[in-house]
Order: sequence, then C-alpha cells, then structure tokens
Amino acid sequence: MEVKDANSALLSNYEVFQLLTDLKEQRKESGKMKHSAGQQNLNTITYETLKYLSKTPCRHQSPEIVREFLTAMKSHRLTKAEKLQLLNHRPMTAVEIQLMVEETEERFTEEEQIEALLHTVTSILPAEPEAEQRTGASSAEAMDEEGPA
Amino acid sequence: MFVLVEMVDTVRIPPWQFDRKLNDSIAEELNKKLANKMGKLRLRQAVSEWWSWHWKLALSCHHDPALARALHPSKVVYNVGLCICLFDITRLEDSYVFPGDGASHTKVHFRYVVFHPFLDEILIGKIKGCSPEGVHVSLGFFDDILIPPESLQQPAKFDEAEQVWVWEYETEEGAHDLYMDTGEDIRFRVVDESFVDTSPTGPRSAEAAASEEQPRKEAPYSLVGSIIEPGLGLLSWWTNS
Repeated sequence: MEVKDANSALLSNYEVFQLLTDLKEQRKESGKMKHSAGQQNLNTITYETLKYLSKTPCRHQSPEIVREFLTAMKSHRLTKAEKLQLLNHRPMTAVEIQLMVEETEERFTEEEQIEALLHTVTSILPAEPEAEQRTGASSAEAMDEEGPA
Repeated sequence: MFVLVEMVDTVRIPPWQFDRKLNDSIAEELNKKLANKMGKLRLRQAVSEWWSWHWKLALSCHHDPALARALHPSKVVYNVGLCICLFDITRLEDSYVFPGDGASHTKVHFRYVVFHPFLDEILIGKIKGCSPEGVHVSLGFFDDILIPPESLQQPAKFDEAEQVWVWEYETEEGAHDLYMDTGEDIRFRVVDESFVDTSPTGPRSAEAAASEEQPRKEAPYSLVGSIIEPGLGLLSWWTNS
C-alpha cells in the first residue's frame, strides 16, 4: 500500500458526519455482511466517531449553512484552518475565538471586529437547543435593561 | 481534525465474490483492511503476502470473528493517522488473475478519511483518567491523548488520594481547588504527535531476549495536548453562568 498524498484535503466535522451517516444507512439496507469478521472494525469506528460527532455543533449543520458561513467569513480574512475550527466548534465567546484565531491583537485592532465575527458565527451556525435557551434568556434580559432609553 | 488521504493499493477479490459488483467488493475489502487501523506502511509485496496469509487463515477459521479481531488489532498508517472509512474510489485499473490463485487482483486508487488533527488545533474530549504522567483524554474513537503536567493550568498539583490533577486557582479569597474529574469535557490544544512503528521485529538472540525486560506496549499514534492558555481546560471552568 502506498500513500500518494497524506494531506490532499481538510474535511469538516459536518462532512465526515454526513459520510458516516450515509454509510450506516447503506449498510443497514444491504443487511447480510454487516457482522462478518472484517466488518467489526468498520462498525466500531463508525459507531464511536458518530457518537462523538453527534455531540458537536456539526449535527445541526447542512450544506447551505456551511456555504452561507464560508461566504460570510470572506470579509474577516481568516485562514482555512481558522475557518474550519470556527465551523467545527461554533465558539460563543471572545476567549474561544482568540484560541482558534492566531494573533487577534494585531489583526483585530477594534473590539467590535471580534464582536462582529462572534455575531456572524453564532447567527449563521445553528446552536444546540439548550444553548439556544441560555443565550435566548440572557439576550432577553439585556433587551429589558436597554428598554426605556 | 479529519483529512483526506490519497492512497493506492492492490486489492484481492476471492472468486466466490465475483458475482458482486466490483466496486462494492473493493470498498468492503478496503474498509476491512484499513478502518480503525493504525498499521505500518509496508512494501506492496509484503502487503500482498500478508494479505493472502490472512485469507488462508480466515478461510480455515470460517470467518471466526474473535480470531479475525486478533489478526486486525487497531493499527495506524505510519505518519498518516487513524483511518476512519473509505471516502471514494478515484480509479480502478485492470483486474488480473495470476496462475495458481483463482482470485482477481486489482490496483485501486482511492481516498480515505483519516483522523489527523493539525498542529495547534483545538479539540474537545473527555477526561479518561489522571496519573502522575498527566491527564489522559479520549475522543471515544481515539484514546491516546496525554496532557503532561507542565502543560496544565498552573499551579497544578496531583492529589494522590483521589488520583486526580487539581488546578489551584488563585483569587482574592484564596486558592480554589478545581478538580479534573473523569468524564468531564475538556478543551485542549494539540501541541505534538508521535508515530511509533509497532510492526514486529525479527527474532532476537537468546541472551538479548533473556536480559531484556518486557517491552512497553506503545500506542502507534498518540497526541500530546496542552491546556495552559485561557479558555482551555474543563468546559465548566469557562462558561458564563
């Protein structure tokens, strides 16, 4: 066995999640060979990886959402690796953004730029349902405070 | 954390599978060979020898699952990563049947999904346990991640009684002890990886074998993480409450 290119493309968690879900459906339909000796490894790795990925934000993503996200990211001038991490993790705080994006102090001189990036990420990428409730509650409070000007 | 790796290999299809579509047989063989594997890269000749040996053994055991599992321990492709599943087949060359062997051999160009996080990538895993060597983290499908003591949030100490690492977080009120308990979600940065060749070595001389102690079981692919930056560590440490 020869490796032609060990790094031919980066895959997002969503793409791998989709691939494994489709593979699972296919194998369920074809039925018979699933439990044979050699298939055990594939079954194990598929099950464990799907279990891990279904607890990440990629579970709620779709090709349209990913496309919309990448278009919106164009204006922020991030590297491919940084955009991939934002897509996979859906950071909700500035601290998390600073972990995934290098040299934020030099590239984002205004605090509003980081806020804008955070806003783009959280508005385009869907959240976990419980996270929605938490942020929904806190933004409701903020609105009450701002209320009467 | 996943990459596509382009590979090329010769796949052997035994005659009783000739009724199936070639693409399906090949996809199944490749997944059988590579999925969940961290095996050393070998020369093509050695591979097909090993492969045909496996098939003879598998035939004689009537696909006994336990035996097959023993023959396929979890292996990593050297310097590439943990293989997950086949992505697609890009090219199939002609299939040949060689004298003395009724099976067909086909050279296949394909792409495989491999777990191989890049350097400095941020990942979220679960704490598997703590030991004096550091904190062991697992992703479920991949277990060999270690965060050494020097890369923990400082100051850190190891609680011998509970066998757990603790971050002694300083505030005005005094030190808070934040425990790194098993099962907790942890965000960490990948700072190093190591590939170890675990293929069997040749027989050693009698004296060498007697004097050497039990060789350590090393994972073929392991990651080193760090949680020393703000935002890293247990997720519960950084959520806005």
